[in-house]
Amino acid sequence: MEDNLLEIRDLVVEYHTDDDVIYAVNNINLTIKKGETIGLVGETGAGKTTIAKSILRILPQLQADLKSGEIFFEGVDMLTLAERDMRKIRGNKISMIFQDPMTALNPIEKVGFQIAETIKLHNKIRREEAERRACDMLEMVGIPMDRFSEYPHQFSGGMKQRVVIAMALACNPSLLLADEPTTALDVTIQAQVLDMMRSLKEKLGTSVILITHDLGVVSDFCDSVAVAYAGEIVERGSVDRIFNNPHHPYTLGLFGSLPRLDSTEPRLKPIKGLMPDPTNLPSGCRFYERCPDAAEACALSPPQDIEIEPGHTIKCIRGKEGGI
Amino acid sequence: MREKAKEGGSVLETKRKRKKSRLYEIWRQLKKNKLAVVALIVLVLLVLLAIFAPLLAPYPYEKQNSKLSYAGPSADYLLGNDKLGRDILSRLIYGSRQSLQMGVIAVAIAATIGILLGAVAGFYGRWVDNLCMRLLDIYQAMPMFLLCVSLAAIMGPSLRNAIIALGIGTVPGYARIMRASVLTVREKEYVEAAKAIDASNARIIRKHIIPNAIAPLIVQITMGVGGCIMSGAALSFIGLGVQPPIPEWGAMISDARSVMREHPTLALYPGICIMLSVLACNLLGDGLRDALDPRLKN
Amino acid sequence: MLRYIGNRLLLLIPVLLGISLVVLVLIDITPGDPARMLLGAQATQQQVDDLREELGLNDPLPVRYVRFIWNVLHGDLGTSLMTKRPIVDEMLQRFPYTLMLVSLSIVLSVLLGIPIGIYASTHQNTWKDNTAMFLALFCVSMPSFWFALLMIRLFGVQLRWLPISGVATWKGWILPCIAMALGLTALIARQMRSDLLEVIRQDYITTARAKGLSEGKVIYRHGLKNAMIPVIMVIGGVFGSSLGGSLIAEVIYSIPGLGQYIMSGLNNRDYPVIQGGILILSTMFAIVILLVDVLFALVDPRIRSQYARKSKGRGKRVGDET
Repeated sequence: MEDNLLEIRDLVVEYHTDDDVIYAVNNINLTIKKGETIGLVGETGAGKTTIAKSILRILPQLQADLKSGEIFFEGVDMLTLAERDMRKIRGNKISMIFQDPMTALNPIEKVGFQIAETIKLHNKIRREEAERRACDMLEMVGIPMDRFSEYPHQFSGGMKQRVVIAMALACNPSLLLADEPTTALDVTIQAQVLDMMRSLKEKLGTSVILITHDLGVVSDFCDSVAVAYAGEIVERGSVDRIFNNPHHPYTLGLFGSLPRLDSTEPRLKPIKGLMPDPTNLPSGCRFYERCPDAAEACALSPPQDIEIEPGHTIKCIRGKEGGI
Repeated sequence: MREKAKEGGSVLETKRKRKKSRLYEIWRQLKKNKLAVVALIVLVLLVLLAIFAPLLAPYPYEKQNSKLSYAGPSADYLLGNDKLGRDILSRLIYGSRQSLQMGVIAVAIAATIGILLGAVAGFYGRWVDNLCMRLLDIYQAMPMFLLCVSLAAIMGPSLRNAIIALGIGTVPGYARIMRASVLTVREKEYVEAAKAIDASNARIIRKHIIPNAIAPLIVQITMGVGGCIMSGAALSFIGLGVQPPIPEWGAMISDARSVMREHPTLALYPGICIMLSVLACNLLGDGLRDALDPRLKN
Repeated sequence: MLRYIGNRLLLLIPVLLGISLVVLVLIDITPGDPARMLLGAQATQQQVDDLREELGLNDPLPVRYVRFIWNVLHGDLGTSLMTKRPIVDEMLQRFPYTLMLVSLSIVLSVLLGIPIGIYASTHQNTWKDNTAMFLALFCVSMPSFWFALLMIRLFGVQLRWLPISGVATWKGWILPCIAMALGLTALIARQMRSDLLEVIRQDYITTARAKGLSEGKVIYRHGLKNAMIPVIMVIGGVFGSSLGGSLIAEVIYSIPGLGQYIMSGLNNRDYPVIQGGILILSTMFAIVILLVDVLFALVDPRIRSQYARKSKGRGKRVGDET
């Protein structure tokens, strides 16, 4: 309990549109220890970004409804904090890297200013000092500081993402939420950016929630994994356990749909079907329709979390039977 | 059992979804906007009023009665009479014909020329585009209303000339929107995809470019009708539009101007008519914009 | 930046040349002989022909066009057929009134419209927003000449607070400015609201929020500046419609400005006045659009560098991955 940096309990988030209610996040529990890097894996629409935005409380106010749950950060439930106090956490203790660096930067402000702004906001220092530190940050992410006064459109995608990372790390946060930080980048740039993030995280001792759908990145970068499906976390455990001993049929399916060099299988095995419509979720197991091992009971009631070995839980009734 | 029901449901679902054509979807979205629906009803009523004016108007618009000059409202003449003793209500009803003509025909002229110009410029690009855009630059360098007034004055005051003036004067807006639409649509992946499967130019234009480019134009056209009703009334107000004795709202306000002190209501009624029609067009245009692009609403 | 402005000024020349040509052609192809109009139906054909010769109407169009341009370059717009006075003198005398009317109404509508638009968008979909936007649409849909008359009736005739016409005192400006500004204010407010809403949806606003900035700073520091770009464009367009609106407003309120002059020229088919008037108003408009574009470039670094790149002949994009 003590060394838990962040603890999400029973989080429920819904989006409301004119016609429908979208059940984006349903009863999610997640804990992150200090210094831990956790990979949040799942398909598009599994509710990963919503979880990250809920932590910072930056969900779109008009449509999103944070129904219930608690998010403890350093022992304090952030959902009960006043907006004033929440602002002191955002960008300072918890910061976020967004998916698309092309749109994440204000197009008409100098990049240096955008970094310095965060520093000045949280550190009560003079502007010159903030700008000097912003220059340091730029250097740290590998951008020469004479580009301080340039505008986002003068940077390439990978460079922009470096700026975004510099901005996120500017106040030395204890938790970094990285929402698919490399998805929008070229493969070669992806590796560079990930390497840089890894060395920075080790240098600064930051905990990271890495949101991705790339299992390769996870095995490379993370200590543990949480697999999200249709707004739930279906399997959670250390990278080691999950990659060597995946239990949930969905996780197994994810691995089955990856090409492997050492595999003797002639074809990839994609998971058949699609994720259930988030406006109309099934009453039983969310994965029931696509599950190769579904039983009658799966359709009746949603499965509970089951710890199959220490620190490794799955949301599947098959877990009880000890492996599939 | 359960399984079967589910399957049946999903088949129905896909059928239902397929039926939702684009037009139906627009209408479904529009229906949610109460103001837009009211506006649509007002416009339909206005059109009916114009078509059936001879049946609906209690008196012929030109029927004079010197005894009733500036008479107030009475049981026979609900809104009173003007200087020549003509029934104001009847003149307002007939006036809708002129205003609607100015709105609809002028926009039809402007939109046709504009869409053609914009489509040609956008689709062919290069020097054709350049030429069209420079022409539009010259066009738009003249304030729109000044251009309409000048055209109307030079051609001589009449309903027909006012319509032509308004039509020619408002071309650039449609052309620019059409060109911009075509340009963005042309770059879209689905057009590239269509080209990749060797679809003909004509098919690409018909199937992809026009349906996608038309959305912003529908809004512009709806609001344009309102704009032309207003500008047309302004032209008539300064004596460059509809000529007496044919009734027109703007001209009626102009007639009433000299007796504002004594009979202010004479100017009030036609003004309200103009405002209601223009407001209805604008509300409908707003509603259509939201319906066509639901993203904008939230 | 200076080169950008210089370039834009150069582009102005063909536009103005084009306008003069259009106006000249229009007058040329319209039925009715200006000389005949001027002399009245009683004049003999001989008199008409003489006047045509004197006015140079018998020359072919290209000759007249070149002559017109030549004269304009020498600061000569010709003389009015009706008053026989040089048009340039007349216009210089009237110009301040129109400039005053138009700029006052635009300043008024910008000062009112932008805050209303910001207020509405930050209270999106509340009754305040809905009321403000319905009122705005109401004002956009109101014929300004009608509104002007109603105001004269109320404040001038009934309450006797303000003069009903003329601008002899500062009070005279109030009604015409309000009449002109009403619709423009509403237009700007609507544009401001929708642009700000559009910008607030952007990712960089989420970034700004995630930095821990207060909502106010997010809106004003990051949202407003971006949202202003299209609003500035609309304000430029609004200038054009207020120049058009000045034609009617100046007649209704008897303001001795350019609009009134052009209207009398149109009514009398005083074609040198029409030509000169359209040219002058269009030039004013074109200069304002130029200012708008310069303002654009000042606010938006992308436009600045786009221009810089063009002048260098499509340089490579800066900052490619090394």
